[in-house]
Amino acid sequence: MTELYELTIHELQDKLRAGETTSAEITASVFKRIDAVEKEVHAYITLMRESAIEEAARADEAILRGEMKALTGIPIALKDIFCTRGVRTTCGSRILHNFIPPYDGTVVEKLRAAGAVFTGKTNMDEFAMGSSTETSFFGVTRNPWDLTRIPGGSSGGSAAAVAADECIASFGSDTGGSIRQPAALCGVVGLKPTYGRVSRYGLIAFASSLDQIGPFTKDVEDCAILMNVVAGYDSRESTSVPENVPDYRSFLGRGIEGWRVGIPKEYFIDGIDPEVEAAIREAISVIERAGGSCSEVSLPHTDYCVAVYYVVAPAEASSNLARYDGVKYGYRSGDNRDLLDMYKKTRSAGFGEEVKRRIMIGTYALSSGYYDAYYRKASQVRALIKRDFEQAFADCDCILTPTSPTPAFKVGEKTNDPMQMYLSDIFTISANLAGIPGMSVPCGYTKSGLPIGVQFLAGHFQEGRLIQIASAYERQAKIEKRRPGL
Amino acid sequence: MEYEPVIGLEVHAQLLTDAKIFCGCSTKFGAPPNSHTCPVCLGMPGVLPVLNKKVVEFMMKMALATNCTINGECNFARKNYFYPDLPKGYQISQYASPPAEHGWIEVEINGAKKRIGITRIHMEEDAGKLLHDEHNPVSHVDLNRTGVPLIEIVSEPDIRGAEEAAAYLRRLHEILVYLEICDGNMEEGSFRCDANVSLRPRGTETFGTRTELKNMNSFRNVQRALEYEIKRQTYVLDAGDAVVQETRLWDDTSGVTHSMRSKEEAHDYRYFPDPDLVPIVIDDAWIAAVLDTLPELPLEKRERFVREYQIPAYDAGVLTSTPASASFYEETVASFPTINPMVAKAASNWITGDLMKMLNEDKKDFTASPIRPPAVAELIRHIDAGIISGKMAKEVIEEMYRTGAAPGAIIKEKGLVQITDEDALTKTIAEVIEKNPTQLAQYRAGKEKVFGFFVGQVMKATQGKANPQVINDLLKKMLAEAE
Repeated sequence: MTELYELTIHELQDKLRAGETTSAEITASVFKRIDAVEKEVHAYITLMRESAIEEAARADEAILRGEMKALTGIPIALKDIFCTRGVRTTCGSRILHNFIPPYDGTVVEKLRAAGAVFTGKTNMDEFAMGSSTETSFFGVTRNPWDLTRIPGGSSGGSAAAVAADECIASFGSDTGGSIRQPAALCGVVGLKPTYGRVSRYGLIAFASSLDQIGPFTKDVEDCAILMNVVAGYDSRESTSVPENVPDYRSFLGRGIEGWRVGIPKEYFIDGIDPEVEAAIREAISVIERAGGSCSEVSLPHTDYCVAVYYVVAPAEASSNLARYDGVKYGYRSGDNRDLLDMYKKTRSAGFGEEVKRRIMIGTYALSSGYYDAYYRKASQVRALIKRDFEQAFADCDCILTPTSPTPAFKVGEKTNDPMQMYLSDIFTISANLAGIPGMSVPCGYTKSGLPIGVQFLAGHFQEGRLIQIASAYERQAKIEKRRPGL
Repeated sequence: MEYEPVIGLEVHAQLLTDAKIFCGCSTKFGAPPNSHTCPVCLGMPGVLPVLNKKVVEFMMKMALATNCTINGECNFARKNYFYPDLPKGYQISQYASPPAEHGWIEVEINGAKKRIGITRIHMEEDAGKLLHDEHNPVSHVDLNRTGVPLIEIVSEPDIRGAEEAAAYLRRLHEILVYLEICDGNMEEGSFRCDANVSLRPRGTETFGTRTELKNMNSFRNVQRALEYEIKRQTYVLDAGDAVVQETRLWDDTSGVTHSMRSKEEAHDYRYFPDPDLVPIVIDDAWIAAVLDTLPELPLEKRERFVREYQIPAYDAGVLTSTPASASFYEETVASFPTINPMVAKAASNWITGDLMKMLNEDKKDFTASPIRPPAVAELIRHIDAGIISGKMAKEVIEEMYRTGAAPGAIIKEKGLVQITDEDALTKTIAEVIEKNPTQLAQYRAGKEKVFGFFVGQVMKATQGKANPQVINDLLKKMLAEAE
């Protein structure tokens, strides 16, 4: 028998509408699943069981009144980077281990207003800095497909929770691939929208010019449903863009006949896993069978993406994380001699190694005498990377790449080699630097049964186009539906 | 050696917008600690700034009033440093691209006019305040002030002395108050000044090593601190030593500056464009719209007062020192059916003299004056008509200030009407002369000083109510005739 927790949002909505089930049942089913597998997966930092049960009851009352909204009664998990009023929000860090926000961010507000049931706050790399969810102060999240492996990161908890059916869908944030890479590694759909498309208000900042919120879902249709809820202008964010929001569901089921799909030659590099490459080559032929025509495009500054990213992101982070000083909230060291001593002890003990590494890199890059060589130069190259995409999109409707160069790696495999870890995001970083939307869709499995993802990229505010090609691909590819053997 | 001081000033002016610069919280001074705060100005994780457009407009007003060029595009930058009154660990300010540059204002130094250049004006947010517990080793943070908008006005190093610096500050202060964008209250910190000062041998061009002075909370203290620092640097240089580049704090009580931090200890603020804010675009239409709202500025008003009312430049300067005093004066003068220089000067005398003194004593400005302009005009009319003397009027204006009553009523109630009746006065004078034969003899022997004694006696006899002009005339005549 199919369990409720296995279903998608749209499948559950059909059942709710038909009166075949209730949100209380769905929520109970999800928590039953959490109770069964969470000990192994550790997708969550904080579970919101009691409030979820209350929200589900309210959802059922609303459904009885005939007031079903976009997400009424659907259990959704939130990365622990979203500020939630009254619910501890740690960002995976000791320094915020006891922080309870006094406000809801915009996305949380919108999800609440749409009737969602929040299951809890998911694990993540500390301050979203990482590609494996191993830098969390709250322990490692395991890949549901192979518990000896990482789920990807930084939104690894949100990806693993969807893959392990510990929620119906979830939200994460993506600064350099933190939605798309774990989506690929966990075999779920993940979308990073255009910078400015979804409000960042209430998202704890890592790198402000790169951060973007997006959904993890079991299929493309659910992705469209969630985007309809969270996309749109927000007057509380200056970088939010007052661009019309289309009905993303309207892009589902449409064909891609005649679409020109660009394959960037720079993305097929040495070091890409052969099984991943084979799966991507197969995805290209699927797109062709669906009526798209694939041809090579060039993104000449691809080689600089990782370098630019590791100047810009740490620089912004070094400033964004300055507020964690032990004065106002969060962790404060004891036994301080004076103010400076408190700052030093609080930040030394409150932040983990990776966060401190990036604060130091960023502080250095912004320092007087180095600013021009690092931050300014990186900003200039970033403009070139953005232009690469503008030129590429003049010749194609969409770009197809691997999401990650490898499938999920072993826990601990790269923790002592930051450079190797940073290369996990080699195919995803460019979309953040250019501000364009990117989406990862499952495209098969390795022989050992690890999921592989294909990434689609489109121009600014072309999320509809991504949903259209992803949905066409999903239909055409007919990837075998498997569930992790938990 | 003779040295020439080179001074540049940085002024921070708090803007009088209702809301803070990046959130909707109130900017009102004096509320209970942390009551004017929200997640945004508290620097909570996840919050984002949204610019209050009014702040840009206020900045533009000051830029236009100080002859600056307004740039079409500018952006905000983060100034990074740790301090408990700075909740985000950075201040949102402007750095590489200021919104306004290359301005100037004119000041008057010993009767000569001089232009002082304005390097730039930019917008930024204020920090909070630390409250130190006197009895316990703890400090509290009040973040009400965090995010209150400021403009920083940076002068060129054009200022050549402490007095000149004070004159520049007064002018800047006056313009800000006139524009109604800053209340100018130095004690509450709405108008703050830091000074950069260096010396160079007179006649040379190269700048010497400068020190930065902080913590001067009045015009007088700025002047005193600069005077002290100029002396100190002179002493250092004359002793053959080098001035150390450092920040020094002015100590008001001891009247000296102390080293606060050296150049080596100076912060590296690691400025970079704030990625949470978008560039501010200011087009010509916006500039024109703001220009339309500019009031008459103090200098223009001063010149007009001299021209229109024919009062001395000094009077015009005092009257136009605040918009409130200027309009009080204009309303007073307008209360006369016809304006002539006599009336205009009399009005100026009463307003800049007795009334201003009483208001200053009560720390009130002209908008809060218990005497309104038509009453001042009425007082002057009573003097002109000879009903009361100028001396009596002083008593009357004090009573007007105290009670708010009309001058006519006060004169009547106090029986202050001047005695101009010659017959009555002749009788009084005759009595005074008769009672003082010794003084009369002295007067007749040519000791004219004794005349004043007789005037005083007559005044005494009439309880000060006699018209002084009439006494003078009658007394002269009668003393000459007396035996």
